[in-house]
Amino acid sequence: MTRPIAPSKRKDPLARTPRPLLPPSARSRTAHGLTLAAAEGRFALQRCEECHTFLYPPRDACPHCLSHDLPFTDAPVGGTLVAGTTIRVTNDTYFRERMPWRQGIVAADCGPSIIASLHGGCVEGSSVKLSLQLDKAGQPVAFATPLEETSNMRDDPQLRELTADPKHRRILITDGRNPVAPALAKALLRAEATHVFVGVAEAWKPFAGEADLRAIEGVEIVPLDLTDEQSVADLAADIGAKVDILVNTADHTRPVHIFDKGAARRLTETLDATLAGAMRLAQAFGPVMLARGADGTNSAVAWVNLLSVYALAAQPAFGTMSVSHAACLSLSHWLRTELRPGGVRLMNVFTGPLDTEWYQTVPPPKVAPGQLAEAVVDGLRRGLEEIYVGDAARDICARLAANPKALEREGGL
Amino acid sequence: MTPAKRTSYEGVVLAVPVTVPYQRFSIESAQWWLGRALRALAQSAGISHRQFDGFALASFTTAPDTAIGLTQHFGLSPRWLDHVPMGGVSGIISLRRAARAVQAGDASIVACVAGDTNHVDTFRRTLANFSRFAQDAVYPHGAGGANASFALIARNYMNRFGARREDFGKLCVTQRANALRNPNALMKKPLTLDQYMAARPVADPIHLFDCVMPCAGAEAFLVMREETAKSLGLSFARVLSTIERHHAFAEDDVQYRGGWAYDIGELYAMAGIQAGDVDLVQTYDDYPVISMMQFEDLGFCGKGEGPDFVRGHSFEIDGSFPHNTSGGQLSVGQAGAAGGHLGIVECMRQVMGIAGPTQVGRARIGLASGFGMINYDRGLSSGAVILAGESR
Repeated sequence: MTRPIAPSKRKDPLARTPRPLLPPSARSRTAHGLTLAAAEGRFALQRCEECHTFLYPPRDACPHCLSHDLPFTDAPVGGTLVAGTTIRVTNDTYFRERMPWRQGIVAADCGPSIIASLHGGCVEGSSVKLSLQLDKAGQPVAFATPLEETSNMRDDPQLRELTADPKHRRILITDGRNPVAPALAKALLRAEATHVFVGVAEAWKPFAGEADLRAIEGVEIVPLDLTDEQSVADLAADIGAKVDILVNTADHTRPVHIFDKGAARRLTETLDATLAGAMRLAQAFGPVMLARGADGTNSAVAWVNLLSVYALAAQPAFGTMSVSHAACLSLSHWLRTELRPGGVRLMNVFTGPLDTEWYQTVPPPKVAPGQLAEAVVDGLRRGLEEIYVGDAARDICARLAANPKALEREGGL
Repeated sequence: MTPAKRTSYEGVVLAVPVTVPYQRFSIESAQWWLGRALRALAQSAGISHRQFDGFALASFTTAPDTAIGLTQHFGLSPRWLDHVPMGGVSGIISLRRAARAVQAGDASIVACVAGDTNHVDTFRRTLANFSRFAQDAVYPHGAGGANASFALIARNYMNRFGARREDFGKLCVTQRANALRNPNALMKKPLTLDQYMAARPVADPIHLFDCVMPCAGAEAFLVMREETAKSLGLSFARVLSTIERHHAFAEDDVQYRGGWAYDIGELYAMAGIQAGDVDLVQTYDDYPVISMMQFEDLGFCGKGEGPDFVRGHSFEIDGSFPHNTSGGQLSVGQAGAAGGHLGIVECMRQVMGIAGPTQVGRARIGLASGFGMINYDRGLSSGAVILAGESR
């Protein structure tokens, strides 16, 4: 049983906002194999290609056969908590504010002894489930949870440090005109977000999901035009300190052929709405989120960018969209580094074609807005950095890893 | 492949036990502390430090210097040089290597020197940068340092063998009583079992008095041949046997035994004695559970019998099992790598009959052990030495 966390009280305007601190972040280069798995929510350990032994901590030679061929491989998550302790004293400034901290030795079913941070429900001698999580410094840590789901499990204070759970947090969805906005708002509120701001430019212009959005309790429409620096700055001045999770839904999907007359202008328009829009958001909302990374239960915790999977591999039929999302991805990596000192995560959500009007001509499988929204909530609850939504996105991702040239030649959707 | 039979340490002796009294915090550098130890060695031996033709260094805080740089710093010109970055086992390792060097004639007099400073932030930095495995896989879990690692080992040992906090407390309380007779001990106040039990928790089941206090200080001794000692007019302790072992029992999920258990037969066989012949023991006591583990692994009782052994003995200087007679690291302080030399230096004094206020009545044969280096989840290194007085 985990005690449910209480929603934040109204903030005392005289109280100092604690400066965000980061946990110890030194890692060996090899250990970033764990980072890759943790970013995607996989539990992967090194497994020797020659003697098939699972290894931990990360090594550069197998202690059984000295092979140096030690790829990170998805591993069974089961284990037994052999011994646990509750650390109450530390010299580290980050952990000092978060004492006590539970830690234990888990004998993993696949072999190694794994020192892991422990969910409060873990009991010595019992089976546990292992995962890799990204901590506030963006570095990988092993975590053990009890096998059985228990109530309020996600409210465990240690787990909450390692995730970006929307519960009791306030959200900004930046472009309400994106057809996924109503589904996103509903899913986040179901996940117990306290409030959802939805930005809409030129609110007098009606749009498809408007009535749906306005009908959701907990949603507040706010003026936000991502192509207008002043508009973005005004909103940040108004609600910037109340945004704990920012979901950037800016998109501008238009079919343009590269040889079309005016294609360059169309590209510039697309980049203004998406890339420059993201930049304006980063400038206006980034600093205040960075500063609020340790601001209690509803601290700033995550920045979410919805991207097309065609950010990773150009899709000629939607060339300008591919270009703009590829550029947004690069900005994402930049912004992720800049948000790190605040412990604020950046999650990229790669989707296949959405089941919306702009992809009318694209055959299935397509991603329904509800499916995307659930994936975003799941990614936040698990503290992920990269998620792939829908079969098309996972297909592109796998083909890209297997042979990017094959993907390029095959083109098409 | 049978291991070659080891040659004895016949003719190898230790002389001039040196302690540079510890300080909780120091504004001085490690080099300052090591220099003082070296000077005390030279003064007590009645020769110039330039006559030390061997130098073995153990320290965590000389960075960016290693032993090489210190030869110039201290004006040494040795023909045999070693740097032993092995913490709690460094004393035994330095001693073993130096013993073979003087036996073979590679050096005549080896100064084994260990010391560390303790600036206000030294300990945190040492913990944060201790090892690659610790950086990757331990320290990011609450940054508990050695306390957390030993908490897991202690918890497992308690679960498995029925040790209680009172048993650990008995060792700590006794060592404090011994320390009150040692003017160099940092801990000056008596400790009762009630105080021990009521102390604040640090990392369950480790509480305040289970932990050593990091401090600045140095320990040192000389290794030479018996005839060298006699020609210098120095009294000495004989080396009867030694062992070292690294990364033993990798198959244990959680450490409940150290490498001593692997080599203990050889330790006593080489010395030509039984465990029962040992008059006093200096265990490596970074935490009392490790002392209890050493009673078992060094053959004073069987595996799992540590708790009963502790309940059945008294560990004072005049007790049934004189143990950590100087007060050990728990009550003297842990001056970094000097902690791995404290027991050897005290053991030397005991068998040489010069321990003064902590002298054990009958101290013909003493055993000192080392343990060290929590690289990930366990202490990797273990070592031990058996020393005897001149007359043996």
